[in-house]
Amino acid sequence: MAELKLENVAKSYGEVSVLENINLDIKAGELIVFVGPSGCGKSTLLRMIAGLEKITGGTLEIDGVRMNDVPPSNRGIAMVFQSYALYPHMTVRDNMAFALKIAKQSKEEIDAAVNKAADMLQLTDYLDRLPKALSGGQRQRVAIGRAIVRDPKVYLFDEPLSNLDAALRVATRIEIAQLKEAMPDRTMIYVTHDQVEAMTLATRIVVLANKGIAQVGTPLELYEQPRNEFVAQFIGSPAMNLLSGEITETGEMTTVKLDGGGIARSTIPTRPEDLSRRVKIGVRPEDFVPTEDAAIYTGRVDIVEALGEVTLLYFEAEGGHDPIIAKLPGIHHDRRYTEISLGADPSKVHLFADGQSLLYR
Amino acid sequence: MSPILQGLITIALGVGGCVAYFYAANIVLDKVIFPPSGKDPGRNINRANMVRPWLFLFPAIFALGLYLAYPVVGSFWRSLFNRDGGTFVGLGNYERLAMDPSFRQAVFNNFLWVLVVPALATFLGLLAAQLTDRIKWGNIAKSLIFMPMAISFVGASLIWKFVYAVNPDIGMINAIRVAFHMQPLDPLQVPFWNNFFLMVILIWIQTGFAMVILSAALRGIPEETIEAAVLDGANPFQLFFKIKVPQIMPTIVVVWTTITILVLKVFDIVYATTGGNFGTQILPSYMMQYMFRDDGRATAVAFVIMIIVLPVMIWNIIQARRETR
Repeated sequence: MAELKLENVAKSYGEVSVLENINLDIKAGELIVFVGPSGCGKSTLLRMIAGLEKITGGTLEIDGVRMNDVPPSNRGIAMVFQSYALYPHMTVRDNMAFALKIAKQSKEEIDAAVNKAADMLQLTDYLDRLPKALSGGQRQRVAIGRAIVRDPKVYLFDEPLSNLDAALRVATRIEIAQLKEAMPDRTMIYVTHDQVEAMTLATRIVVLANKGIAQVGTPLELYEQPRNEFVAQFIGSPAMNLLSGEITETGEMTTVKLDGGGIARSTIPTRPEDLSRRVKIGVRPEDFVPTEDAAIYTGRVDIVEALGEVTLLYFEAEGGHDPIIAKLPGIHHDRRYTEISLGADPSKVHLFADGQSLLYR
Repeated sequence: MSPILQGLITIALGVGGCVAYFYAANIVLDKVIFPPSGKDPGRNINRANMVRPWLFLFPAIFALGLYLAYPVVGSFWRSLFNRDGGTFVGLGNYERLAMDPSFRQAVFNNFLWVLVVPALATFLGLLAAQLTDRIKWGNIAKSLIFMPMAISFVGASLIWKFVYAVNPDIGMINAIRVAFHMQPLDPLQVPFWNNFFLMVILIWIQTGFAMVILSAALRGIPEETIEAAVLDGANPFQLFFKIKVPQIMPTIVVVWTTITILVLKVFDIVYATTGGNFGTQILPSYMMQYMFRDDGRATAVAFVIMIIVLPVMIWNIIQARRETR
């Protein structure tokens, strides 16, 4: 059982600030996923929790104890690295037993712990092999096993699946999910740039951007109620479509007249003073439906990507804007070069002003 | 003629000679020996192509044979003759070596050298590499430790002769002794231990070599394995001996064996300091003692040295190959 509390945590290298004002409460037993674009500092934040990077501002607490200056091995954490970081000169058994040997545990205890972890991860047959005689997936399981053996309060995963091929990635992802289920009271923090991993594994996702936290929430909260344009476009694939316009009607139901001529209605309530405010509406590609009447967007289909269960329609982009994308169920090869009008359920239309969602204010 | 001009002419002759050799040899092969004409032109072309690789290999094989293979055979042959090379004595030279107490002393001393010098040079080099790794002035320290590598063995021996000098105004050892009110002495005349004082010179030279190679190897260790060990709770000593050293073991073996081979060949240090007196004789300096006076015996010693070096050499090559793989 471990709770983590990050208070105003910051990281800078000399003059260069990488992370600022990170405030985060992690409850015991949660699986928290850090996502964000490359270079947003998600791995750095994880390494600060691990103690591999110095925390240059704020405090980190694990179970109410300040951890800023506690050496990594005393924080009750274990980490799984992207590159596995197995000790190449040790057998699988010795790799897993290393931490326990250092801690001077008895041989029986070590054997019991190693065998139990090996059993969990189906590594029993490989215990006497060297890492170089294992496949990538097996190596990553050994790395996970090395963490399990120590029975830490907090597991840290740093992009553990990035070095695996696609099929293995899915299998290992499911294994990690099962691992979490088998240890419901262990806290896990997981860094990835892969949305699917984030959406499927996380209890809560932390989206990092611009040196800080853009939003914290359950996967579906992030998907359904993004706090700002960044999160809206980062979560979901293809990214959410954004269209500029002006509010023409306020109240429980907001109406926006779009610059492209369309009319959008959203269930996000607005106040009278919002009238004629410049806003952007956001509609996910999968929320677009072809319509006959009051369309949000009308355009000519430029490219059709039929993926089987769904078809992606890319509309002709105007003047440097990203093309509008619609995702329709089924196969629609015949839609290329035709003109289509798109509408959306008002509950699926997001409203952003100055980059922030009007839902949160 | 100026040396520069001589050098240029040599280069021109060498390169031109190579080009001329390959060009002419090909022409002779294709036009004269197996011309693609006559009764069976196809067979001639095939034959020419079978001969061609040997044409290209010939200069290298010839040079290797002349400068490497022939000397081995020639030395062995010469070691079977007496001092002026006129009388065949069979294994007589080897017999006399075996009977000579100073040869046995040299073998024993050489054994000491092989045990002590590579071990200490590698250990100190590893220590220096690790200690200089993470500090700001590490590179300066490294250059200083590496510097003796640039000094010739004779030069280094002279420097250390000053360190060991009996006169306390010159010799550091005796200056310290005098400061502690002890009688000055000549370290190089202390029986048995003088061998170790001579070994210090070679260790001083070779530590830099070991340090540079091992430092590169240490840097090549994946950072994550070290971080993982830190998270596993390893202290700096455990990190070094259980994580780092095992990972660079192949390099350590190569450094060790390379220095071992060198040790078996060095004669200059003994030659320039004690001249093999006071019980400091080693095989190469023993050989030098007989060179020009009794070439039969000297070549016999050379052959003994070669046979001792051979297994170390093979081990070294196997390790180096394994590492590059």
